Amino acid sequence: MISGRCAACKNQRRKCPSDCIFSPYFPANDPQKFACVHKIYGGSNVGRMLQGIPTYLREQAANALYLEAKWRIDDPVYGSVGIISSLYEQVQNAEIELAKIQAQIAFYKLQTQHVEAEPNSEVLQSQSITMEQFESDNPTITSWFN
Amino acid sequence: MGSGNSPCASCKLLRRRCAKDCIFAPYFPSDDPQKFAIVHKVFGASNVSKMLQELPIHQRADAVSSLVYEANARVRDPVYGCVGAISYLQNQVSELQMQLAVAQAEILCIQMQHEPSVAAAIPNPQQIMEFQEQNNNNNELTHHHHHHHQYLNFAASSSNVIHDSLSRETLFGHDMVS
Repeated sequence: MISGRCAACKNQRRKCPSDCIFSPYFPANDPQKFACVHKIYGGSNVGRMLQGIPTYLREQAANALYLEAKWRIDDPVYGSVGIISSLYEQVQNAEIELAKIQAQIAFYKLQTQHVEAEPNSEVLQSQSITMEQFESDNPTITSWFN
Repeated sequence: MGSGNSPCASCKLLRRRCAKDCIFAPYFPSDDPQKFAIVHKVFGASNVSKMLQELPIHQRADAVSSLVYEANARVRDPVYGCVGAISYLQNQVSELQMQLAVAQAEILCIQMQHEPSVAAAIPNPQQIMEFQEQNNNNNELTHHHHHHHQYLNFAASSSNVIHDSLSRETLFGHDMVS
């Protein structure tokens, strides 16, 4: 190999020293990775940030910086915050869906219990456990339906 | 830029003249020096300026808000920044989808039990869940325009940072300044 320079030093057109802070995390075969972080954070900034991190965590940090830079390039207005926002919304929607279904399950189980408790004389009564009854017994849960 | 000629927070920090058309001034008022300081620390003033210049004016306020949020996240967690929160939320979504599939299977079972005429054809819960899984590939929870399952392939396998303020108010209502 004529030039053993990492992607960062190639990009900055300088020599790549043996203790180059970038080279373990920005190999020459992935120029895109450094180009992204350089565009968003600036090369020297990335170097400074990496230096403030213990060595065993630097790879994770370099990868996280690359991801955030990539997301910012893809969405120049919101970047990774757009992703957080939409994921958070998904979590909320899923929680509401789950609560609805769990309420329905509870309702059905309640119906079953009433039928099983007094199978003979109370058959007519079990049919009177309607959703209205359930809702008045469980106002908090069923408010999510509305 | 309300108070006449007083320099905005950016020009104060950068020690330069705050021009009338200063790109930072509308978003970094002089009464909040921390806001620009943290964005400058993580992204650098010239990069922020470049990013703002490439955006139409009506989008710049949101861009600044999200950059401030990211900068704060990066300062709080120098290793993972926002990626920590994304990893955590992705796990939550997967977990909830699993719980939903189980609950949907259970309710199908129960509903079929209430219909004696189809009792003979009741699939077992396992079959229901497999059926649900096929359906879930088409429903809104998994198909978001961001294709969230592909966000993280290699980073942050253990999301050891849980960000406590992810409410919409924090994201866009007011800027997070530590």
